[in-house]
Amino acid sequence: MKCKTIITELADYLDEALDPSLRTQIEEHLGKCQDCRVVVDTCKQTIEIFCNSEPAPLPPSTRLRLHEALAKRLRRVRA
Amino acid sequence: MSSSRIGPVVRRPLPSQVVKDDEPVLVAAAKAGDISAFETLVGRYERKIFRLTQNITQNREDAEDAMQEAFLKAFEHLQNFEGNSRFYTWLVRIAVNQALMKLRKRRPNVVSLDEEIDTGEDLVPRDVEDWGPSPADRYAQTELSGILNKVISDLDAPFRVVFQLRDIEELSTEETAEALGLSVPAVKSRLLRARLKLRQALSQYFRRGENK
Repeated sequence: MKCKTIITELADYLDEALDPSLRTQIEEHLGKCQDCRVVVDTCKQTIEIFCNSEPAPLPPSTRLRLHEALAKRLRRVRA
Repeated sequence: MSSSRIGPVVRRPLPSQVVKDDEPVLVAAAKAGDISAFETLVGRYERKIFRLTQNITQNREDAEDAMQEAFLKAFEHLQNFEGNSRFYTWLVRIAVNQALMKLRKRRPNVVSLDEEIDTGEDLVPRDVEDWGPSPADRYAQTELSGILNKVISDLDAPFRVVFQLRDIEELSTEETAEALGLSVPAVKSRLLRARLKLRQALSQYFRRGENK
């Protein structure tokens, strides 16, 4: 298996969407190729850093404007 | 090398992602016209929806407008929500549409989300450097947020939007394709490129031995 194949299949590998035989081939390659192993591992960490990061609270002025707009429009919709 | 298995992406159950038991009750009450029930749902998801619209539009004013319109449209069309998916997934799709409209209006010549993209680049990364253990822990939360905002804003919109929906909002590939009017292979291709580009961008902060 070539390094390029690892990259092509990287997304499905991390999403556990590969058939077992291809997964085994990839893991055999990862056991031998340090560069591919680093790329796959740091790519996984990239996703985890983003998806495990809580969104910041709304700035107070943004939150105020949102709830004022909602109150105004929702009352109108209900009426 | 101890093991060649890297394992799947680990998603921690964040407080903002936990679906509370009362959600179907709140949705039903809001459907019946209970504004306070709907406001509770808004309070639950406003942070995530604002991050979503901010990441897509890359403009504070547009992000605010898109968020407001998304919540208003959700309330107005609540009768169409049949409960086949999570309420939040349904809300995300509305917010994505609003944010994309803002983005296309502001940058009509730049944003073409529905075209095939052949960047012609070699996807195999060069100058590969390991990050070392727990790289994100080297930064304070606000500093880390700044880094994540910076690297995602540097991504081109077609990649940024797909990454946002698939990896941050956790829509499936099929849901992302449907929301963006793309084919499944196009979503997969963009997601791969987005992940690789973000990995490369984060490497300058997280590589082993990097001093802040």
